[in-house]
Amino acid sequence: MARFSDEMLSRAQELVSLYPDPRSATIPLCHLAQEQDGYVTNEAMEHIGELVGSSAAEVQGTASFYDMLKLEPVGRYVVGVCTNIACMLRGAYEVLEDAEEVLGVPVGGTTEDGLFTLEEVECIAHCDRAPAAQVNYRYFGPLDRESLQDLVATLRNGDLDHEVPPHGTLIRVRREAPPVVPMEEIDRERAEEGQ
Amino acid sequence: MIERIVGARLGYEDSETLERFLATGGDLGLRKAVLEMRPEEVAAEVTTANLLGRGGAGFEAGRKWSMLRKAPRRYLVINGDESEPATFKDHLLVERDPHQLVEGATIAAYAIGASLVVIYLRGEFALGLERVQQAINEAYARNALGRSIFGSSFSVDIVLQPGAGAYICGEETSLIESLEGKRGFPRIKPPYFPAVIGLYGEPTIVNNVETVSNLPWIVQKGGAAFKALGQGRSTGTRLFALSGQVKRPGPYEVEMTKITFRDLIYGDDYGQGLLPDRSLIAFIPGGVSAPWFFEEHLDIPLGQDEVAQAGSMLGSGSVIVMDDTSCPVRSAWRIARFFARESCGQCTPCREGGAWIDKIMRRIEEGEGREADLDLLLDLCDNISPGIKWPPAQTTICVLGPSIPPSVSAAINHFRDDFLVHIKEGRCPHA
Repeated sequence: MARFSDEMLSRAQELVSLYPDPRSATIPLCHLAQEQDGYVTNEAMEHIGELVGSSAAEVQGTASFYDMLKLEPVGRYVVGVCTNIACMLRGAYEVLEDAEEVLGVPVGGTTEDGLFTLEEVECIAHCDRAPAAQVNYRYFGPLDRESLQDLVATLRNGDLDHEVPPHGTLIRVRREAPPVVPMEEIDRERAEEGQ
Repeated sequence: MIERIVGARLGYEDSETLERFLATGGDLGLRKAVLEMRPEEVAAEVTTANLLGRGGAGFEAGRKWSMLRKAPRRYLVINGDESEPATFKDHLLVERDPHQLVEGATIAAYAIGASLVVIYLRGEFALGLERVQQAINEAYARNALGRSIFGSSFSVDIVLQPGAGAYICGEETSLIESLEGKRGFPRIKPPYFPAVIGLYGEPTIVNNVETVSNLPWIVQKGGAAFKALGQGRSTGTRLFALSGQVKRPGPYEVEMTKITFRDLIYGDDYGQGLLPDRSLIAFIPGGVSAPWFFEEHLDIPLGQDEVAQAGSMLGSGSVIVMDDTSCPVRSAWRIARFFARESCGQCTPCREGGAWIDKIMRRIEEGEGREADLDLLLDLCDNISPGIKWPPAQTTICVLGPSIPPSVSAAINHFRDDFLVHIKEGRCPHA
C-alpha cells in the first residue's frame, strides 16, 4: 500500500526516461506498482501521476480500462482458465468447474490463505495446448482434472516458483541496454545531416 | 518441400538464443540492408515482394510505408498485442524467435527512417517480454541496435512496451492511444492511417510481428523470390494457427495458396483430421471475426483472395475446427460474448448491441430462449452491421462491433434446428 520503494523507483524513472512523452510510461508503471503491492493502490496511482506528469484520476482512468491491472488485492497466484472457443471446444468449462472445486473458490474468488485467485479469462493465445490456463501469465495446458490438481499442489509447495514468478509481467524483464537517445538529440542529428 | 521463412528456426530446441540465431543466418538481413542498400531500396524490395500485413487486415506493407508523411520524427510501432481468439502465431514468434523480430523491426525502421521503434507486446506474454528484452539487450551489445549500427550511418533505438489486457489495443489507433498512456479507444477516422497522424501526432507505421519477421528473409533473398512463392496477391508463406477439434492442433507455416483447408485440417503433415467417428460441421478460416465455412468450402486454397471470394477472410490465419460433438449455439455465443466483453464502449451499436446479443445467446444456450429470439438476434446483427454482409458495413469507429454478426448469423442460418432444440426442449442436441 505504498509509493514506489527505492529500488522500484529507480526502475520506474528509467522507464519514464525511455519515452519522448513520459505519459507513455503509465501502463508499465502500473505493472510495476502491481508487482510491488499485488495490485495498483491509490497511493501508487498518485505516485505514478507525479512521475509521468498527469493526475491520479487520469492514471486511474487508464488503469481501470485494462483487465491485467487489478485495483483490488488478489492472491499470490492468479489462475486464469481460458474458456474461449478453442479451449471451450476441448473442454474448458469442465476445467473451470474442476478449478473451482480444487481451489474451493468460485470464479473471481481468492482462497482464504491468500494463495490463489481464480479467473475466467478470454483467449490467452495458447490454443494449440487447449484447454489451457495461465498462472501469473505463465502458460499451462492441455489440462484435465488430474493435471490441474497436480499443478495446484506443485504451486502450493512453492516448487514452481522458479518458473512462475510473483504476479506480474515486468518483474523479470531487465533492460541492460543503454538508455535511448532523447528525441531532441535525434532531431538535432537529423538537422545536421540535412545540411 | 515446405518453404519456411518466419518459422525457419522453430524446429530447434534453442531457437530463442543468440547462438542459434547467429548460427542460422541471423543479422545477415540487417547487415545487408544498412551496409549495402539505401532505405528506399529496402522498401522497394518489400513492395516487389507484395508482402501483405499479417495482423488481420492484409494491407500491402509496402503501400502502407509509402503513405508515411514526411516529418523529422517518425515512429515505428510493432503490433504484438495478439488477442483474437484462436490466434497464437505471434505468441510463438515472440517467444521462440525474438531475435528475428528485433532484426525485422530494425530493418523496417531503416526502410522508413524511424527515429524510435516501440515493440508493443500483449502484457500476458510474460516470457515473451523477457525474451524480447533480452534480444534487444543483446542487439545493443553487438551494435545491431543503437548508434551507427554495424558501422553504418543508421541509428535507432527500440523500446519494449507491455500491454495490459485489452483486445481492442490490437486495433492500430487504439494501440497508439494505449501507448500514449490512455484507455485504448480507437481513434475516429479520418485520418485513416497513423502514417499521417500517429503516435504523439507524428507519422507512425504500425506493423504486425509476423509481418516484420519476414523482412530479414526478403532483404537477403529479394522481393522477387518472396513473390515467387504463392500466387496472385497471396505471396510468400504464412503461419496458420490450427485449433479446435483436430488431432494435431498447432502452428503450420505453409506457402500461400498451395494447400487447401482440407489439406490443413486432414493432412498428415498438419492437423491429421478429426477424432475417430466424428464429422466436421463447420470451421472458421481466419479468426473469430470471420464468417464461418462449411464442408463445401474445404477445397478452397489458403489464399487471401480465394477466401475473400468465397465470402469470408483469411484474417489472422487462425483456423478453428468444430465437429459434431460441438454445439454451434455455444460456439457462436462464446464468440459473441468475447466481443461484447472487449468492446471499448465508445459506439452504441457495439456496446449495447454486443451486450444484448450476448444475453440472448446465453439465454438460448441455457434453455430459456424464445423462438422470436432468432429474428431479434438477426435484427440486432443487422443494426450493428447493416445487411450482415462481408466485408461488413460499419456503424462504428472500428471493426470490433461488426465482428459480432458473422458468427451469430452463420450459426442461426446453418444450425437453426439446433437453436430450436435448445429453445423448445431446453437441452443441447450435442450434449
